[in-house]
Amino acid sequence: MPLLEVTDLRVQYRTEDGPVHAAKDVSFSLERGEILALVGESGCGKTATAMAVPRLLDGGNATIGGKVVLDGTELTRLPEKRMQDIRGKDISVVFQEPMTSLNPAYTIGKQIGEVIRRHTDMNRGQVRERVVELLELVGMPDARRRLGAYPHELSGGMRQRVMIATAVACDPKVLIADEPTTALDVTIQAAVLDIIRRLREELGTAVILITHDLGVVAEVADHVVVMYSGRHVEHAPTAALFDKPQHPYTLGLMDALPARAARRGGRRRLTEIPGMVPPPTTDPDACQFAPRCARADAGCTAKRPALSRVDDGHLVACYHPGPGGTA
Amino acid sequence: MNDIPEQPGAAAQPPGPGGPAADDPVLDVRGLVKHYPGRSRAARRNGPIRAVDGVDLRIGRGEVLGLVGESGSGKSTVGKCVARLTDPTEGRIELLGRDISTINRRAMRPLRRDVHVVFQDAYSSLDPRMKIGDIVGGPLRQHGEGDAAQRRRRALDMLERVGFRARMATRFPHELSGGQRQRVALARALVMAPRLVVADEPVSALDVSVQASILNLLLDLQADMGFSCLFITHDLSVVEFISDRIAVMYLGRIVETATREELFAHPQHPYTQALLSAAPVPDPRTTRAAGRVVLRGDLPSQATRIPGCPFHPRCPVAVDRCRTEVPPLAGVTRADHPVSCHLVDPATGGPDITQGRNGVVHHTS
Repeated sequence: MPLLEVTDLRVQYRTEDGPVHAAKDVSFSLERGEILALVGESGCGKTATAMAVPRLLDGGNATIGGKVVLDGTELTRLPEKRMQDIRGKDISVVFQEPMTSLNPAYTIGKQIGEVIRRHTDMNRGQVRERVVELLELVGMPDARRRLGAYPHELSGGMRQRVMIATAVACDPKVLIADEPTTALDVTIQAAVLDIIRRLREELGTAVILITHDLGVVAEVADHVVVMYSGRHVEHAPTAALFDKPQHPYTLGLMDALPARAARRGGRRRLTEIPGMVPPPTTDPDACQFAPRCARADAGCTAKRPALSRVDDGHLVACYHPGPGGTA
Repeated sequence: MNDIPEQPGAAAQPPGPGGPAADDPVLDVRGLVKHYPGRSRAARRNGPIRAVDGVDLRIGRGEVLGLVGESGSGKSTVGKCVARLTDPTEGRIELLGRDISTINRRAMRPLRRDVHVVFQDAYSSLDPRMKIGDIVGGPLRQHGEGDAAQRRRRALDMLERVGFRARMATRFPHELSGGQRQRVALARALVMAPRLVVADEPVSALDVSVQASILNLLLDLQADMGFSCLFITHDLSVVEFISDRIAVMYLGRIVETATREELFAHPQHPYTQALLSAAPVPDPRTTRAAGRVVLRGDLPSQATRIPGCPFHPRCPVAVDRCRTEVPPLAGVTRADHPVSCHLVDPATGGPDITQGRNGVVHHTS
């Protein structure tokens, strides 16, 4: 049995313009120690999907449908009180912007310690030792001396380390990292990705990594879910996705990358994906990518393609899958 | 203040593919320094913020120079000084052979037709109360070009060149997507047909598919109109894609300059090597993680004065000399590949930082 199983997840927001379908029938599973990347461009629903797992969505406006089962417990129907015991302990989150998610008025020692005090019976001395241990785990130099530091005294990379230390304080089963390195410089990003890899190896933490950066995906993820307009359109082991991308949208994303274009050499030109993302208020029974797709035919707009297997563990929602020949 | 020698060899090189007239650069910057004094107690104690601390660079006609560095390296400050959006503390900035480093605003005004800026955040750089047509026509109006009808025609013409129909002219910025706004910013920057465009992270806030269309557009327009470009970015894949030549900045100085092919094939400065090894590659087969060098520590504050090479506290291969003596930016292996490092060898090139004695080297598979 997988550690986390998400089945037909739907996230809907109520807005003035009518319901927004942020995530539509998304299904995936996560094993212990696995790093799963949710990839897509802004508004594709990757964050809504991941944050529906710990139910960290705007409660008044968001409705979550489908099933989320963590280690045998169904989370979507759990009372909020029980959910609070799970957040920070079984599932924890690292956000993109460490400065806004740390409280500027408390020392980092206190903030990391708070999670431990909330979920365990450790006494003050034990909490303090655990915090030092966590800071050392995430590579904070001079950890013991930094306990009394305030967030503003730390650099962006160091703040993100504090966020990760807080998130893994209670050995969570699932760590959700929402663009954890996007706000960081590339040399600092490399160090943070190293920490995430190490957590998986040393603690067996399963990670859901939300990112727009296919470079980061290639470096750390085991499996990838590519999302477009609220649906997952392709799901594959990382190597297979980069070797044999099947969905025309995935292919488009890869060809649009300057890094891959520079590697291809020759004419300096990136492949563009024509058109724009459809509005999130619509949910027709058709392939949402069809209007931008060179392979689209009448069938694509008549009925939505289901996810189907093209290879071992490689799923794609397309009537005309296959690598190459998009343009 | 810096003993950066002149690079006669580098200067004599043709500035990139198709860049003629090497002795007639569009931009020639020498010894550029920008210090921000600051009035706080900490600033008085520690001295000024040395955002730019002695930068030399040249951009030839029709050349795209990529200026790459991490946050706090001073790359945006160089861009601001070059466009005279801020006053340099020291140094000479020659735009089309004329020194603009000390001239006043009034004298600068006519020269502004030759240098335009594109910023990262197109939303905050477009006036929300102005129609797109008026925004793009703005520079024409300020420089008193033609009459209203002519200005309107030129603005529409420019909008068409960035891929818009005429009806876009009556829209407002909030009606546009991020990519469309950046096209408008590009149209405004180019409507006067400037000789130099300073582009400061113009695609960093955009999704990859939109980023691709803006980069393509910029290269198309550049080929068409022949302007030179100082392209400032932190993104190595973007800089590799767009630049003819690349300058790498660290702590207010340029540590290495080379053609795009040369820099990515033979990076010599230890910082350049670390930067390239840290960049994630979207290809799991050739992932650079194997030879990755993770630098110790963070970028130091620009207020600290570091004796010797500014990179030595984080450099995995630093020797004693690096702690005392500032390395000049000198072309050791090739005249057109200046590097500011004591350890570059004429025969073997830059030091191998994966062999660093005191570096934190990770050999993950």
